[in-house]
Amino acid sequence: MFRLEARTSTPAWFNLALPLLAIGATLVLCSGLIALAGAGVIEAYGVMFSASLGDSYAITETLVRATPMIFTGLAVAVAFRAKFWNIGAEGQLLAGAVASCAVGAIPMPAPLAMLLMAVAGAAAGAAVALVPATLRVKFRVDDVVSSLLLNSVIFYALMALIEGPWKDSFSGYPISPPIEDSANFPVLLEGTRLHLGVVAAFLAAPLIWFLIVRTTLGFRIRVIGENPEAARYGGIHVERVLVSTALLSGALAGLAGVGEVGGVHFQVMSDISPGYGYSGIVVAMLARLNPLGVVPAAIFLAAVMTGAEAMSRATGVPAFLSDVIQGTALLAMLVALLFTAYRIRRVGVAK
Amino acid sequence: MSVVLEQIFQVGFLAAIIRIATPLAFATLGEMFSERAGVLNLGIEGIMLLSAMTGFTATSLSGSLWLGVLAAVLTGAVMGALHALFTVTLGLSQHVCGIGVTLFSSGLAYFLYRLIFGQQSVPPSIKSFETLPIPILSDLPVLGPAVFNQFSLVYMAMLAVPLAAFVLYRTPWGLSVRMVGENPRAADSAGVSVIATRFQAVILGGALMGLAGAFLSMVQFNAFTFGLVSGRGWVAIALVVFGRWDPWRSAGAALLFAFVDALQLRMQASGLGHIPYEAFLMLPFIFTIVAMAVMSRNAVAPSALLKPFRREER
Repeated sequence: MFRLEARTSTPAWFNLALPLLAIGATLVLCSGLIALAGAGVIEAYGVMFSASLGDSYAITETLVRATPMIFTGLAVAVAFRAKFWNIGAEGQLLAGAVASCAVGAIPMPAPLAMLLMAVAGAAAGAAVALVPATLRVKFRVDDVVSSLLLNSVIFYALMALIEGPWKDSFSGYPISPPIEDSANFPVLLEGTRLHLGVVAAFLAAPLIWFLIVRTTLGFRIRVIGENPEAARYGGIHVERVLVSTALLSGALAGLAGVGEVGGVHFQVMSDISPGYGYSGIVVAMLARLNPLGVVPAAIFLAAVMTGAEAMSRATGVPAFLSDVIQGTALLAMLVALLFTAYRIRRVGVAK
Repeated sequence: MSVVLEQIFQVGFLAAIIRIATPLAFATLGEMFSERAGVLNLGIEGIMLLSAMTGFTATSLSGSLWLGVLAAVLTGAVMGALHALFTVTLGLSQHVCGIGVTLFSSGLAYFLYRLIFGQQSVPPSIKSFETLPIPILSDLPVLGPAVFNQFSLVYMAMLAVPLAAFVLYRTPWGLSVRMVGENPRAADSAGVSVIATRFQAVILGGALMGLAGAFLSMVQFNAFTFGLVSGRGWVAIALVVFGRWDPWRSAGAALLFAFVDALQLRMQASGLGHIPYEAFLMLPFIFTIVAMAVMSRNAVAPSALLKPFRREER
């Protein structure tokens, strides 16, 4: 007989072991789908790996892909720490993309353009996140539902823009006009798409880690998430901290959109985000809400996405496998997290 | 204003409301059963999509519409069981598990659909149900053709509302569901199995979400498309709050939402050309958010919602 037994502390190596366990379980489970599609499991995963991490160009592509998910992953990690259930990173990303695209289209010197794009994008994301936070604080509206519904509202607003005033009158395509060349983020490595935003994402992670672990705001965020009653008793203004968390979370998600406009697409279109906002939830959970863990988690998901396309071309397995892997990884990670709270003990069979 | 009023009392408009409300009613009732037992199911969006896919596929391969409906219901029940396994048995976070179930089911739906049907320029479609006029009632003016000349799944939704109310308020099982959602400890002392009851409620809820998905792919669109559900599952969660976790009120909320949605569709069509059509598409979502803001202050959720139950922990 086995039983679950409560655990008081968890060893440090769990932080690494649990995500790896979850990812391992995910790959094993999803191999069934590859077999179902009639392809060799080893071959398919092999193509996936070599196309995403196999050579230096592939690695740069994966890093470019990981960048928006580092930002949305950080956005979700910060929010979930405070138990502010921000499922709206997708909409906040789109808002950030639209705002930075509008600013980037104004001619101005390069450094100023990039700075203002970042500021506008972060502000737009924060403004969107403010809605569910305000609704929760003032009207007790469930933040999950309102932030989810808001994603649809923002998406339609974006569509109204690119099919309306921003529509390309020349081709008739629903795409926004491109931003100024001077506003394009500089490429760091000749011949790749590795842009300045990638570096920004890699710097943002330790910065947010420092904020969460070492600053007063970070402490408050953690306390209202873990024990709001104790926080209130300790004199922390829970509502105010919740709103600050939402602003920070929304700004980070908005920056994901800025990076996509300034560094990758240079304009806005309807499919600018293939669900990076939702992927951020998977990233944050794989990272156990630790901002430093967000970086490798985002790189993993990016590798899966980049790799899945190549795998699909090579083996015929639908590239949607990467969506299944994301969902499975999230669920597997949640199950793996049980090991932090419980340990499995063998006990004698009761006679 | 008179134009709006004229529109409302047209047969076509009333029929549109009923058609839009049907999948929402199934989904809302499904989510309501789950939440009454204390389990929030954010998997609803993905469960509806996957059920829509399996229902469509089963019909498309077998030629039988009812086999498709059965496949969708079973899919919903299985995914409900999966969500229950994570949230009830293992006691994991209902929020995150629900998102996980949605991501997983949507991914699986896309993957399997592409695997079975390949990439086609014209998406495959099925021949849907015929309408089933109800004798005598369908001869009533306006109401007759709009309400009583509908698809059998629509009638099922109409019957599902009183049935859900009866099950929830008048049967021992319904009492157990309400008990484990309000006070699982007391239910446990009274000899009700909290785990089993929650499991059953979430599975029943999943099956109803499956019916919602089946209606979308097999009646409303006669095809499976990737944007098929497009937020209807999230709307259903809001409607449960709006309907205060009651079958009748939830169904009323679904009708109200359907009215707004049908109205925006009409407004799109009736040449208000200077307003972008996206503004109308947004309308039902904004309406839902506002409705929640108005209602949530007084809404009392089942007290054990979101709280896992572990017998040995006091």
